[in-house]
Amino acid sequence: MRLIIDRVSKSFQSRNVLRSISAEVRDGQLLGIVGPNGSGKSTLVKIVASLIRPSQGRVEFEIDGKSIAGSDIRPYIGMVSPELFLYDELTAFENARFLALMGGVQLSESRGLFDEFGIGGREHDLVRSFSSGMKQRLKLLIAMQRKPAIMLLDEPTSNLDDSGKALVRKLVDSREGITVMASNDRTEVQDAAVIIDLARSLAGGPR
Amino acid sequence: MHMIWKLLVLVLFIWVIIGAWLFEPPMMGVEGPEVYRIFYFHVPVALVTFFAYGLAMYNGLMYLNNRRLEYDDRSALAAALGTIFCALATLSGSVFAKFAWRSFWNWDPRETSIVVLLLIYLAYFALRSAVADAERRAALSAVYSVLGFISAVFTIFIWPRLTPGLHPGAPGDSSGKFISMSTAAAIVFIPSLLAFTILFVWIYSLSVRISRLEQERAEKEI
Amino acid sequence: MRRSSLIWRARSLAVLVKDIKSELRTRYAAGAIAMFAVVTIVAIGFSLGGIALDINLQAIMLWLSIYFAAAAGLGQSFIKEEEAKTSLALRIYAPSGAVYNGKLLFNLIILAGLGLLIVPLFALLIGLNVASYGLFLTILTAGLIGLACTTTLIAAIVARASVKSTLFTVMAFPIVLPLLVLAIKGTQKALLAGVLFSDGIGELLGLSSYSAVMLIAGMLLFDYVWND
Repeated sequence: MRLIIDRVSKSFQSRNVLRSISAEVRDGQLLGIVGPNGSGKSTLVKIVASLIRPSQGRVEFEIDGKSIAGSDIRPYIGMVSPELFLYDELTAFENARFLALMGGVQLSESRGLFDEFGIGGREHDLVRSFSSGMKQRLKLLIAMQRKPAIMLLDEPTSNLDDSGKALVRKLVDSREGITVMASNDRTEVQDAAVIIDLARSLAGGPR
Repeated sequence: MHMIWKLLVLVLFIWVIIGAWLFEPPMMGVEGPEVYRIFYFHVPVALVTFFAYGLAMYNGLMYLNNRRLEYDDRSALAAALGTIFCALATLSGSVFAKFAWRSFWNWDPRETSIVVLLLIYLAYFALRSAVADAERRAALSAVYSVLGFISAVFTIFIWPRLTPGLHPGAPGDSSGKFISMSTAAAIVFIPSLLAFTILFVWIYSLSVRISRLEQERAEKEI
Repeated sequence: MRRSSLIWRARSLAVLVKDIKSELRTRYAAGAIAMFAVVTIVAIGFSLGGIALDINLQAIMLWLSIYFAAAAGLGQSFIKEEEAKTSLALRIYAPSGAVYNGKLLFNLIILAGLGLLIVPLFALLIGLNVASYGLFLTILTAGLIGLACTTTLIAAIVARASVKSTLFTVMAFPIVLPLLVLAIKGTQKALLAGVLFSDGIGELLGLSSYSAVMLIAGMLLFDYVWND
């Protein structure tokens, strides 16, 4: 499978946020997106997720010879983002099971999953009572339970302690599909196959 | 727009204005035939406002199809123009009602339907002013224009035939059908409809051009 | 990618169940609606001071109370998702059709609850001279279903706007009006002594066809509202 980002640009009203970004990655590879705050990392991640339309260019996902674009990509995605919120009034387990069912996944090995992500024993507590680090772990769980072909991680280690950071590293390393990670911290994506540097893209011309 | 059309509109309107007074009025009612002369102006304007709304919906659907904001622009312009025609239709209808049925407002289904159309237009603009992002505003307006159109069709064409009312053509109205009219009346009515439609298209295309020019100028300044 | 209708139903129901759970634990929509309904009826009843309304007015007042109480809460299921910012998760993991179906069903249940609350209350405090129960209940059901079908899409639109407060009422009213008028007329017939069920067929047909058209339009257009 391949993820192709083809000359993607994005402007909001008259403000240009992304300028002709192109990249291509294959399964097992990591695509890193780095840049200072406000350089458009989250916007690019959302464009790949088909949540936002690019002003120009397109994003394409090739799997088994089929070419998929637009919102058809969504069944293949798992996403973790600071802009993604879970249902406070439901328990962790209810959140996971609801989003699993909606995403076409049977949540069978529930207990095991919760332990693996470090929130074992808390699955029947309301998400409202979770710390931000635990919410982050839950978001990772929900994203991974789908075994997504493309994993989108926007600041995945924010709010996480060292064991959480190690968890993310382990997840990314053991991925068979494509992983896209946007981060403030360059060291997190140092073993990426392709790196999109939005700082350079802003200052200079197209990448 | 071609000079031909502009001349045609002028000729048509002169014809209609004279004809409305010279020729016999479209129908006889107990209230006296003269009152019905306004029919030659009121009905075409009401039909054009409905057509304007259909145009707004069409442009909205085109936007949803290809996501080019110029279609959203046209949609809003058609709706704005349609609102003006709608206000005129409501006023002319109210004037007629005063002379024919003795009060400015009667809650007759067809009367009310023009007000419902006005409300739909106003709600459309209320929605537009409540959305900040241009592309989202375009998509939401387009969807609402479809809902509005469905309601308008129902309100204007189906509802007045279901319940009794004062307008010609409602059940319980004895003065004959709305659809059939004497050829003498048609001689003035059809040109009037044509004239108002061409006038609408003229103003609409001018507005679209002005808007496009303004955008091009704004883009040059950036 | 075609999904079997069984999975589709399961997903729509999942959205419904989630919304119900959410509602039971927070009570935003039901509380607003119930309070509005009670206040409206008490206000009307108090102002009448025991004077009986004629049947036409009964029908009108009943449906106006239903509409305004409903408008207080029908937007909630979508607005709550936007305000709690959970809509992003839903967009990623859920197919949009299932979201629409689930929330439509939720609105139907809310309206059913509203009907169960308002009608007895109205009958008790203000008076309802029902002549044909069959017609009355059928019109009531058709009207409530129609309200759900027409307003769910509008609620989705309003949730995506920046300034939400009075937008729902303004936008819903001209779309709902044909429905309201038909429901009122049908109810007026049902209160008329000596009426037969068949007398209300015209109104019932009008209500069902309008609801059906709006439902289909909602299903076809929802994607454009839900996704940017």
